Amino acid sequence: MEQLIAHLSLGFGVALTIPNLMYCLIGCLLGTLIGVLPGIGPVATIAMLLPATFTLPPESSLIMLAGIYYGAQYGGSTTSILINIPGESSSVVTCLDGYQMARQGRAGPALATAALGSFFAGTVATVLLAVAAPPLAQIAFKFGPAEYFSLMTLGLIAAVVLAAGSVVKAIAMIVLGLLLGLVGTDVNSGMARFSFGIPELTDGIGFVAVAMGVFGLAEIMKNLEEGEEDREVFLNKVTNLWPSKQDFKDAWGAVLRGTALGSLLGILPGGGAVLASFAAYTLEKKIAKDPSKFGKGDIRGVASPESANNAAAQTSFIPLLTLGIPPNPVMALMVGAMIIQGIQPGPQVMSERPQLFWGMIASMWVGNLMLVVLNLPLIGMWIKLLTVPYRMLYPAILVFCAIGVYSLSNSPFDVVITAAFGFLGYLFVKLECEPAPLLLGFILGPMMEENLRRAMLLSRGDVTTFVTRPLSACLLAVAALLLIIIMLPAIRKKREEAFVED
Amino acid sequence: MLKNPKEFWSGVMFAVIGFAFAIIVKAYDYPMGTASRMGAGYFPFVLGNVMGVLGLIIIVQALLTSGTPISKFAWRPLIWVLSAFVIFGLTAKLLGLAIAILLLVVISSYGGHEHRWKEAIISSLILAAGSIAVFVYGLKLPFPIWPEFFG
Repeated sequence: MEQLIAHLSLGFGVALTIPNLMYCLIGCLLGTLIGVLPGIGPVATIAMLLPATFTLPPESSLIMLAGIYYGAQYGGSTTSILINIPGESSSVVTCLDGYQMARQGRAGPALATAALGSFFAGTVATVLLAVAAPPLAQIAFKFGPAEYFSLMTLGLIAAVVLAAGSVVKAIAMIVLGLLLGLVGTDVNSGMARFSFGIPELTDGIGFVAVAMGVFGLAEIMKNLEEGEEDREVFLNKVTNLWPSKQDFKDAWGAVLRGTALGSLLGILPGGGAVLASFAAYTLEKKIAKDPSKFGKGDIRGVASPESANNAAAQTSFIPLLTLGIPPNPVMALMVGAMIIQGIQPGPQVMSERPQLFWGMIASMWVGNLMLVVLNLPLIGMWIKLLTVPYRMLYPAILVFCAIGVYSLSNSPFDVVITAAFGFLGYLFVKLECEPAPLLLGFILGPMMEENLRRAMLLSRGDVTTFVTRPLSACLLAVAALLLIIIMLPAIRKKREEAFVED
Repeated sequence: MLKNPKEFWSGVMFAVIGFAFAIIVKAYDYPMGTASRMGAGYFPFVLGNVMGVLGLIIIVQALLTSGTPISKFAWRPLIWVLSAFVIFGLTAKLLGLAIAILLLVVISSYGGHEHRWKEAIISSLILAAGSIAVFVYGLKLPFPIWPEFFG
């Protein structure tokens, strides 16, 4: 307990300095700004704004990125409620009841419930993160290369669970990601692989280019193709923000359950905000005495998934910060950002850079607080953004993307690569290949190869090392079990149903 | 005829890319090494083949099932957006950020459903001025603002 307080006070000492507060604030605002724009999720938002953080010191840069992430999440739920277009996949279920509430003229309470529920969930999850991280990191120190390899396998398999569509396709996307991640100089032999004599490629393909192409450009082209729908925006109806006493009474149980479920699912590799929000909504509907009200503007249908996705967003930092393994694409981007800042993610971050570690955790809570305090009053401004037609918005988004990518290495090369991945991403949309597993594979590719090599070197080429070491065997067993479970016909059907609304 | 074109062509894509990686490893003679001392070619060769086989599995599955057709490619946004993006990359240093942004916005605006000249020009001017203020003066990114030959 004392240690916890010492850690947190160290963290708040870092997070509450004026510059870091500023970066947190800027991050939250930028994140919300872009998250509110329909069709741009947190991954594209972070990829887009990543270059802006490169020049900052590591602490500030990660604090700002975390702020962008929460902001984007928050912005996503705003669009769900107001225009029935989820800004990101984790607020898909919020649309169901949130939009109905808005139609009944209760957009204000819906938005406030989402914000307050998220804040509560964020607070709980931050404490959980602070408590759970040190012991988990201790376990991580016992991990050898074989365990890491197995853990990454588990993480990648778990990512398949979350991908919509065919399981085989999702696995193929992972492998494609792994392969693309291997392009560039092999760290062991110094040999340039798959670079075909192009000097820029010997440094590998930039993950910003991949993320921005596949998630950013492809999204824009998809949106343009679908054309501008008539959006029904409930502009004038957001007058009374505060939920009524009855609302509080109805919602608090849902917030608690959503927080608990979300925190748990966020920690699991492959888990995360999307799964958490779906699961929380389903749970609420199952245990409600009157499930018929769901889908017709029940406040619990907003409170529970919004709390769950925020809790999960927070706890998904646990595997990243303790093991160095990103459990979802957003965290994969954070790994990329850390590496660019010269920090190797893993259990050593906590002991070697306690200020960065605890500062980031403290700033998560600060960021959540800022969102509640700032965004509820600013809601009118965000709503105005929704009325800007898409034909004016997308060139602006393109400009930010282009400047961001160009400034990565100040050469046209990354811009061209991004465009190529934009085309590939569009192809994925057409062929219904979910791109999230690809990004995870892309980040993990080099790490997996490295750990595989080391493990095989230690075992003198004996593959059984992965199943004879107990920890590694457990991880692989869980991965195999997961794979079997999602292949089972009954589960497969359920899974397909869950993604229908997507 | 193909009953499940979406799956079929996904399978083809994975098979082609996967085996291409494996073939490149062989063609360029990346050292394979042994299982205990893996060379640069080992892991990509294995992965490439795994992906190729996955592609083949998807193809077989596609031939046995039926599914929805692939929706039409919207070439218009695809071509205008991507070419505008590439042109920005090629002109940013040469012509300076101001003109590059102008080109990016005006060209990409052709990708939309309705194209309005005046609107595109005005928003490009605003975006150019705003970006230069934020990125060049604010964040101090090393972009030239005007073409090199202007000095």
